[in-house]
Amino acid sequence: MGIEVRNITKTFGTFTALDDVSLSVATGELVALLGPSGSGKTTLLRIIAGLEEPNPGSGEIYFQDENVAHRTVGSRQVGFVFQHYALFRHMTVFENVAFGLRVRPRSVRPGRNLLRYKVLRLLKLVQLESMANRYPHQLSGGQRQRVALARALAIEPKVLLLDEPFGALDARVRQELRQWLRRLHDDIHLTSVFVTHDQDEALELADRVLVMNEGRIEQIGTPDEVFHNPKTEFVVKFLGQVNFFHGRLEGGKVHFSTLAWESPEHAGAASQPAHVFIRPHELDVDVQSDGHPSLQATVSRIHSAGPNVRLELVAQSGERLCAELSQDRYRSLHISAGSTVYVTPREVKVFADKS
Amino acid sequence: MVEPALRRVLTLMADRRTEATNEPRCVRWLLIGTALTFLGLFLFVPLVVVFAQAFSKGWVAYWEALSEPNARSAILLTLIVALIAVPINTLFGVVAAWAIAKFQFVGKSVLITLIDLPYSVSPVIAGMVFVLLFGLQGWFGPWLDERGIHVIFSTTGIVLATLFVTFPFVARELIPLMQSQGTEEEEAARVLGAGWWQMFWRVTLPNIKWGLLYGVILCNARAMGEFGAVSVVSGKIRGETNTMPLYVEMLYNEYNAAAAFAVASLLALLALLTLALKSILQWKTGRRAAAEELGYVGD
Repeated sequence: MGIEVRNITKTFGTFTALDDVSLSVATGELVALLGPSGSGKTTLLRIIAGLEEPNPGSGEIYFQDENVAHRTVGSRQVGFVFQHYALFRHMTVFENVAFGLRVRPRSVRPGRNLLRYKVLRLLKLVQLESMANRYPHQLSGGQRQRVALARALAIEPKVLLLDEPFGALDARVRQELRQWLRRLHDDIHLTSVFVTHDQDEALELADRVLVMNEGRIEQIGTPDEVFHNPKTEFVVKFLGQVNFFHGRLEGGKVHFSTLAWESPEHAGAASQPAHVFIRPHELDVDVQSDGHPSLQATVSRIHSAGPNVRLELVAQSGERLCAELSQDRYRSLHISAGSTVYVTPREVKVFADKS
Repeated sequence: MVEPALRRVLTLMADRRTEATNEPRCVRWLLIGTALTFLGLFLFVPLVVVFAQAFSKGWVAYWEALSEPNARSAILLTLIVALIAVPINTLFGVVAAWAIAKFQFVGKSVLITLIDLPYSVSPVIAGMVFVLLFGLQGWFGPWLDERGIHVIFSTTGIVLATLFVTFPFVARELIPLMQSQGTEEEEAARVLGAGWWQMFWRVTLPNIKWGLLYGVILCNARAMGEFGAVSVVSGKIRGETNTMPLYVEMLYNEYNAAAAFAVASLLALLALLTLALKSILQWKTGRRAAAEELGYVGD
């Protein structure tokens, strides 16, 4: 079942959490809402669930073709996984998962055996059959997370909404659970939206990523699109580390530091200040200038413990920048702190300075 | 599974205590001795006196003092008042705590302050307020009198005064508890399709039950033991508007010490029972909290 959100605005007092936001999620899609805290992503998720009301008269929410904006949270039939799981602390794992079935009206409430069957099947799905009689406080973070997921799935939801599903877990568990959730989604194909502030999580897990900032949508696209073709400065800065330069657009070229870089998309632009972004892995490093226009820089620090080597550099013109290269490339260069290198960008993002 | 982990925490706490408090032995004994002497003089000795006096004329006199009609009526009235006041204040406490802990609204801090009012106002004044409101010379007195309703010098007045004096107990107990628990579990219940009542009955109430019971016990103890406010509104009509504390005073003023202490011993027993229940509950909630704090207890 697809989700369609049209022109939703939400204010809390004088604070605008969502500013005319629209979004559509296709059936079976897994979409990430990515943004810093306060960007409105959780508010949007809670409005889709019905836990929060949008401003009166500010747009509609459709599940498939049905307008659910005026339906109560309980009747929307959404699976919601809370950031801190919100497991019922006085109930066992079994009872937690069974809750959504037990509170159904008598006519549609499953009988004892069916209920037991359904709950155990879900616990098997989340690999917690052996934990049915435990209480939430007896489980690890990752286990609680999976109970929360099983509980949300028990009501056979039309859509699954997850608020920072891995936020409270340590790094290793987070990585495992992330891959597990992706596989689970591929198996059950439930339309899902999750909120995260972690760009790696969004890029790795989602079919599409929606980047939010200050209550607005900055960009919607596949992970590839938002990473390689960011539409705004915010998206560039938010998706991983980036080198930033003040520059100037002039006659289809952008001048920054000691370089002039062809910028065809700004060919017709008037002469104006610009912001220039280069990702660390899009910088080529060499010990000699090969004739291409390049920046001369001094190596100030080397981080070589990791799959790639990161170099902290100080350009001749004074800017600090960061470059990333493979271990092989690093070894062939024979450089150390203090060495002089020549840095050539492969890819540059240029935005005209609007201020 | 919980026990070994708990023991580990307790050992840790014990270790910390020895490190942090390395005062000389004599200082420690002096402090403990002072506290115990004080407790003994002001709590234990009076308690012994109550029971010693109560039984000073023997078991038979004790039993007669309690089974005398006026005594029986005082006991009954006290029970009736508690039976009315405690449930009403329990309901009020839950509603007030719910409103304060789970919603944001204008005037919330005023409400919290108002709930504490009976703690800070002398009970005698509370009683006099009711006389001023409902007495024959009071604001509503004449109007009520025309309709044959008598609040002052009747059970109604005693119940009203008791309600006023005991209303903070349950609310005060629940507000911090509900605030610390937040609203996420309730939200989860709503998303899963629970109605308002199902959410309260299956999620909120089980989470607050120990705190609630604790508040109810304290409220009940106060309702049965209240003297000041009740004394002003009751009129102390023997066999009609006399509660146990009032009856104790009356007997004592009549130099009937043995009978007075016999009734007083019932109140003292109630206090002891309350204390026992209170510590059981504290122990229970404390153990739960400790287990929850430990978090992951392992496979």
